Parts: sequence; C-alpha cells; structure tokens
Amino acid sequence: MSTVTDNKPQDPMVPNELSVPKPIKPWKATPKQLLPDFLGAISAVIASLMVVAVSPMAGALGFILTFIVVSVVTAASISWIRQDRKAAANSVSTIVIYLLAAFVLLPVVSIIFEIIRKGAPGLSIGMFFDDMSVTSSDAPLNEGGLLHALVGSLYVVALATIVSIPIGILTALYLTEVKGKAEGTVRFFVQAMSGVPSIVAGLFIYAVWMITLGGTYSTAAGSLSLSILMIPTVARTAEEVLKLIPTDLREAGLALGATQWKTVTLVVIPAARSGLITAVILGTARVAGETAPLLLTIGGNDAMNWNPFSGNNSALPFYVWKNFGIGTEIGADRAWAGIFVLMIVIMVFFTLARVLGNKKG
Amino acid sequence: MSIIENPSQTEGPKPRTITSESRFSDRVFRVVVSSGGFISLVVLGLISLFLLYEGLSIFRSEGLGFVTSFEWIAESIENGTEASYGIGAMLYGTLVTGFIGLFFGFPLALGAALFLSYYAPEWMKKPMVLVVDVMAAIPSLVFGLWGYYVLMPQAEEWAKLINKYFGFIPIFSMPGDYFTRSPFIAGLVLAIMIIPIITSISREVFAQTPLDRIQAAYALGATRWSMIRAVVIPYGKGGVIGGAMLGLGRAIGETVAVYTVLNLVYDIRPEILLSAGGSVASLIVTKFGEATAPELKALMAAGFVLFVVTLAVNFLANLIINRTVRKG
Repeated sequence: MSTVTDNKPQDPMVPNELSVPKPIKPWKATPKQLLPDFLGAISAVIASLMVVAVSPMAGALGFILTFIVVSVVTAASISWIRQDRKAAANSVSTIVIYLLAAFVLLPVVSIIFEIIRKGAPGLSIGMFFDDMSVTSSDAPLNEGGLLHALVGSLYVVALATIVSIPIGILTALYLTEVKGKAEGTVRFFVQAMSGVPSIVAGLFIYAVWMITLGGTYSTAAGSLSLSILMIPTVARTAEEVLKLIPTDLREAGLALGATQWKTVTLVVIPAARSGLITAVILGTARVAGETAPLLLTIGGNDAMNWNPFSGNNSALPFYVWKNFGIGTEIGADRAWAGIFVLMIVIMVFFTLARVLGNKKG
Repeated sequence: MSIIENPSQTEGPKPRTITSESRFSDRVFRVVVSSGGFISLVVLGLISLFLLYEGLSIFRSEGLGFVTSFEWIAESIENGTEASYGIGAMLYGTLVTGFIGLFFGFPLALGAALFLSYYAPEWMKKPMVLVVDVMAAIPSLVFGLWGYYVLMPQAEEWAKLINKYFGFIPIFSMPGDYFTRSPFIAGLVLAIMIIPIITSISREVFAQTPLDRIQAAYALGATRWSMIRAVVIPYGKGGVIGGAMLGLGRAIGETVAVYTVLNLVYDIRPEILLSAGGSVASLIVTKFGEATAPELKALMAAGFVLFVVTLAVNFLANLIINRTVRKG
C-alpha cells in the first residue's frame, strides 16, 4: 500500500491537475510496525504445533484449540510489552472476533461441501424426466427420478406466491401509503407473524382445511400453509422497498391532480417494481425448502398430480424427507440428490432476488 | 365541504368544487389496502382460535397437567389404557435445546456482527454478508441432515471430551454411553440456524450507533475494543438482546432439524449430553402420522402452546428491538 514516501514534494501554489498527490495514510501501520505481529503469529503456530506434539491432545481439534489459546496469549503479551494493558485487551478482542467470524463461515462451507459431495452420486439427467410411480424405493439410482417432486415443489410454491403477493403487497402499501391509525399495530403483528413456527402453520391449515372444511391432503392446502410463512417476508421486504421511494414522487402525483389510487398504481408501484419483485422472490426462497408444514398438508405422492384441490402431491423437501425415512443406502443417496436439486432451486431464487435487488429502477 | 361560489353571474367556466373529502376511488383504495393490511392480524387470530378450539377438550380434561405432566399415552381400546397427554418434558426440552443453541449461537453471531461492522476490511464485507444471507436461506431440513450425518460424529467426540473433563458437574455427567442425538448436539445445530437472524439484527443495531460518539471515543485515544465497550455495546445492548430473543423464538419453533437430530424421551433429564431430549415441535411431527382422533386434538393443543410461547417470545423481542432501533 501507499506509504509516506509516495508523496512527492510539490509546489502548493502551482495547481497541477495531472499529478494529484496520492492520499497519504499515516494511520496505516508500516511493514516495520507489522513485523512483531507477524512474528507473533508465526511463533504461535510453531508453539501450538510443539504443544500438540508433546501433549496428549491430538488431531486438528487439539491443534485449533491450542492455537487459539497460544495466539491469544502471544498477542496479548506482545501488545502489553510494547504498549499497555488496553492495547493487550484490544488485540485479544480482535483475535477473538476474527475467530468468531471464521467459525460462522465454517458450517456454511461444510454444508455446501457435503451437499455437493453426497448429492453428486445420486445425480443423473434421467432423474429430471422420471418420477417414482413405477419404481420401488430400493431400486437402483438410475431408475426413477424426482420430476414429480420438482414439479410439485414449483407448483406448491407458485400457488403460495399467488396467494401471498396481493396480501403481502397490500400490507406493505397499508404501512407506507395509507398509514392508517393501526399502522404500528399492523407492523407489529406482521413482525410477530414472521415468527410463527412452520409446524404451527401446518397444524393450522390442517385444522381448517381437513378438520373443519373436510378437505383432503392437497396442493392447495400445502400452498396455504406456505403462504402463512411467506406473507410476512413479502410484506416486510416490500415495505422497506416502498419506503425508499421518495415522497416527492408521491407529492408530484397528487399535485398533478391524481388520486391517491392513481398515484400509487401509476407512480409508486412502477418506481418500486424491481424491488417488489425482489420481495416476492425472497419470499419464495424462504418457503421453497419448508418441510414441516408440507408434511401435514400435501400428503406425498410418487407421481405428478395437477389437480390442486384434491389428491396428494409431492415436493422436494417431502421427497428428501421420505427417502431418508426409508433408511437404506439408496434412499439416502436419493435424498442427498434431492437436497442438491432443492438447494439449486433455492439458490436460483436467491440469486435472482439479489441481482434484481441490486439493479436500480 | 366548502363550495366557493362565484358572485358574478356572468358567462364563463363554472368554478370547480374544492373539497377536502377524498374521492370515491380513493375511498375504495383505502378500504381495500387497509383490509389487506389487517390480514396478518386476522390470520394470527384465526391460528390461535382454531388451535385452541381443536385442543379445547384436551385442555379441559388434562387441565394444567397438560403442560406439567410428562406422559404422552395415546388411548388404546384393546389394552384398555387410558389416554394421558402431557407435554411437560417436551416443553422443558424445547427450552433446554433453545438455550443451548443461544449459548453457542449468540457469541458467534455477535462476533460476526462486530466483525462486519468494525473489523472487516472492505473487500471482506460483501462476501461475508453473502455467506450469512446464504445461511439464512438454507432450509432447516438441510441443517438437520447435515447435523445428523456430518456434525454428529464430530460433536459426539466433543461431548465425550466435555464429559471426561467436566463430568463432575451434574449437567455434563453421563449415566450410560449414549452421546449421540443429545440436546447438546441439537443445540449446536440450532446455534448455527439462529446465527443469521441475530447477526443481521445486531448489524442493524450497530449501524445506528451515532458516528460522533464513535469518533469522540477514538479522539480521546480509545482503542477499537475500548470504543466498542464504551460506545457500541451500551448503545446497542437492547437491540442485541432483542435479536437474541428473536433467535430463541426461532429455535423454539424449529421442527425438522431438531426432529432429525434429537432423540425424544418423555422424561426430564438434567444431563444435556445424554441421548434424551424433548421438543414440542418434533413431538407434533413424530406423533402426527399415526395419531388417533383424540391424540390429534392433543397435538393441536400442543401446537397452541407452542404458538403462544413463540408469539410471546417474539412480541417481547420485537418490543425491545423497536424501542432500541428507531425505525422509519
């Protein structure tokens, strides 16, 4: 990085537009100042290797634990000797916070790695074109497929989206445009609704759809249970988006004599369009992997079922769940392949939401 | 309604009526939007109403015993056993795993939030935020299966180590040799699952810390850590606690991940490393498949209790967060 020496002396009276002096960063540590830290880190590695070699602690876990302790002690003593107790506390906390952040990354990396490693053996092109209707669960992996689950998943989520979009966006409009008397209460309840456990959403739909209305397991019931989980996500994200639309736009609309209805539909919503789409996609990403409510509502199926109101249907999480439940090696392979596909579906939604969300206008 | 009348009765355009009353289309718009806005309230009300109604007979017959007793015996006509439903052990187990999750997840999430707000170099921030967002998007089923197949073999060894060195403390003692599927491991999985929400709330809170106070602390010669201790933590304490409670609410309601990892036992055991725990949500999934009609009612009642507990935790958490983080 730039150091003080880069700053060539210049006559301040003669403004030279071509050679703008590089900004100096006197607060940045020079290599010389970094040297003790660097040496400390190396000695910490060596010391912990030595400790692990002579002590009963073995393996990676032993090394990591020893390294944490040794590096904290080294850093603390270096700062204490060079400066004071406060500097020692500062360097210890810096190390601890870097470690905590690293530990947060660890499980995500491991999960993605394992999904790829365990999901790959079960993957094949054929599984996207076949279902399990004529294949027994212990048939080899090249027979059968998860087409029914993939289609079922997209079907359930699409229906849930159709239910959630109007409700979610109306809620967001109520919070940002109408600003009624109950604004605070509604916002509070939307927040509370996003904390509803998924299993409770499933139980509720079961109580309404199956027990009270006498319905059967069906795609529609599954979609309704998912939309309970989706509405708050859509509403909250859409509210954030609508809040970003400048008030000037609304006032301009009203000043031109438009009604509020016209202003919202012709000015506010078009201005927020990409953000609102992001809100909806985030909602779908949130519910696409939900398992618990589907276990109680769609019943599971080995073939496709296009009738939303009657008959069981399957979904990717259900497929994964079912194949793990079988408990055989092949079942587990199928399930991991299902997880792989499920994660790809979710990541597609997720990436779409991010790309659209970052695009302005 | 006020009408301005033109005093001169000459020819010309009739002055238009100026009124403060909203037009018809706007009234319709407001009614439609408002009714849409109230749907979340209605849904929450309906959830509690339906679950309470379905579970009412169980609440009547079991009384307070439903949340205190440990037995879950479905009625069986052949054996002549009388039904008895109690979710005491499950409720206790839910709280235990939830708090274990919080114990591990909270420091990690707080560390990650502090890292992102005050420590991370610029180039590291975006990827790290992305990772935390991806973490929030991973379905609980995936966490559960990862926990079962990948984490559990590792965590079993950690549990053995804890038991070896801290076994004299009652909660770490071990009556047998059953280290798998314990509340400890379920708690570890939950810890990972609640990290994203606590991290994002904490970051939101830290972002509100007044910059002038941060700079004042630095100007007075504070190190980064003393600045955080003196300014950031006192300022954001409430919001961070609220975020932790939201995480706890998540952990309490978690179903599939806990079901996959935890071994359900209808008993309250103090040993967290033992392969015996409880979870109301997992109980519902376990029993739902082959439930008889009365047992189904009991499951509805259990769902109602779970709903009320999570709602209470969430309400409290949101109250704290809204009070700390001034929104809008």
